[in-house]
Amino acid sequence: MIISVRDLRREFIVRKPAGRVRRTRAVVHAVDRLTFDVAAGSAVGYIGANGAGKSTTIKMLTGILVPTSGNVRTCGLVPTAERKALARRIGVVFGQRSQLWWDLPLAQSYRALAAIHRLPEQAWTGRRDELVDRLDLGAFLETPVRQLSLGQRIRGEIAAALLHSPDLLILDEPTIGLDVLSKERLRVFLAEQRAQHGTTLLLTTHDMDDVQRLCERIIVVDRGRMAFDGTLPELVERVGAERVMTLDLHEPSPPLAGIRGTTVVHVEPDGLRQRLAFSPGETTAAQVLAAVSERADVRDLAIDEPDIEDVVRRLYLSETSLS
Amino acid sequence: MVDRIAEWWRPYRELLGSRLRAQLTYRRSFALDVLGSIGAGLVEFAEVYVIFSNVEALGGLDFAGVALVFGLAGLAFSLADLVVGHLDALPRYLRTGTLDAFLLRPLPVLTQLVTSDVSLRRLGRTSVSVTILAIALPLNDIEWTAGRVALLIIAPIAGAVIYAAIFVIAGAVQFWLIEGAELTAAFVYGGNYAASFPASVFALPMRVLFTFVVPAAFVAYLPTLVLLDLPGPVGLPQWLGWCTPLAAAAIWGVALTAWRAGVRHYTGAGS
Repeated sequence: MIISVRDLRREFIVRKPAGRVRRTRAVVHAVDRLTFDVAAGSAVGYIGANGAGKSTTIKMLTGILVPTSGNVRTCGLVPTAERKALARRIGVVFGQRSQLWWDLPLAQSYRALAAIHRLPEQAWTGRRDELVDRLDLGAFLETPVRQLSLGQRIRGEIAAALLHSPDLLILDEPTIGLDVLSKERLRVFLAEQRAQHGTTLLLTTHDMDDVQRLCERIIVVDRGRMAFDGTLPELVERVGAERVMTLDLHEPSPPLAGIRGTTVVHVEPDGLRQRLAFSPGETTAAQVLAAVSERADVRDLAIDEPDIEDVVRRLYLSETSLS
Repeated sequence: MVDRIAEWWRPYRELLGSRLRAQLTYRRSFALDVLGSIGAGLVEFAEVYVIFSNVEALGGLDFAGVALVFGLAGLAFSLADLVVGHLDALPRYLRTGTLDAFLLRPLPVLTQLVTSDVSLRRLGRTSVSVTILAIALPLNDIEWTAGRVALLIIAPIAGAVIYAAIFVIAGAVQFWLIEGAELTAAFVYGGNYAASFPASVFALPMRVLFTFVVPAAFVAYLPTLVLLDLPGPVGLPQWLGWCTPLAAAAIWGVALTAWRAGVRHYTGAGS
């Protein structure tokens, strides 16, 4: 197991003013009795609403924060006690926080990072060239980081985190703010790294496509507690999240009601564009399309996947109604 | 052995090298910064000059003696400021989360912070102090011995080490404060001010404070007593002037303890 978490807790003490001088102390359980393992080589999506405890967990996994109680082992090491040894074996990318030097070009940043990790000269330059090639960094390798676009900078950050060939790559919101094309290229790259080097991936994200494309396992946390641990289809089935098929038709058509497993959610006044919602557990996109084709001539279609916020919200709702 | 030291030093050489290149890219801005730093040093010395246009002696030292104290303290401070002065950026690093990036690298946090910058413009102040020393030394009646020559070389270095420790302690305190830049400034520049004048001008409690709690008197005043062969005031015998390296070692013990406690507090291990 590359990550092993047992009964992990982290409390914060929040002091609030109560009256003119007095202050009250409140204990906030940012992470509350989490237990999970991550096998080497796997890819896990770590999901939850803002403030659910994702960042706190990552900080404890990487040695930035000490647990209040419980056990963490990352790469078999105790993160805070063996911080420096651990730093050689993991790479961490924060989408919203740069770890590069803003006034240095990437080429110099990588030289500095290689020295920081004490990588032998002949070993790291090969790795750098591979990353520059795969992430397509060549065009802006000599541009100071502060002049890079967000997409370029994130690619630069990911190369920086992978330069020392870590066993585990932790990504905190890696695709936030990126355009569709940049997101897609990043996902292709990460999947490829995993296949070629066996790098374990742990990523937090708000983007359902990230999870769908990269992760075979999802962990959902809610207010510091484990809310779900399983695959994406299992999650979707459990909360009954719906996919929505948007159909553009050649001819105006009456509402496509009555197709098994679907409900009509929207029909434009001319009937040329219609939206059908369906549950992945009950029918498939192909079956829906086949049924629609019998009744109308489909020109184009798009499928909206369930929004991650929506899935998580439904998960919370189902939890509360159960308890 | 040499290989091992070179390998230990490699990350820091690379980090400092990149900082120097970044600074020297903007030559005109760099030149203006150096001029500003020289100006600041000269203005401070003008203060000493103004005082001596009104009095004959200050704390048992004449103008030449006080200039010697001022030059030694200024040299020590500017060297410390050059190497660790940017530790006052720590509150910003704490707010922006840059410190987390340091914690994710396989090096100690303090050495990463120290090598995260080097402000060559502070050499302007160093040059002012060296000039004042070069003028003040012949003005004083010093009986040169091998020991006194050694002391003249050791004192600014040990003094810089003392100042550096004060910077580190002030930095460590930032882990508990959210907006502590003012306190750091008071502590660091107050210490510098105390070291730039003869400790004999202070009343006894302050004199003890600035010698044995904040070892400012060890930076310049006590070594000057040895150089000029003067008896010290009450509580500060002349032989203490030889003890500057010991004072430096002692305050570094305190500084490293405080720094470790600060990092532990940040990671939530301490209270």
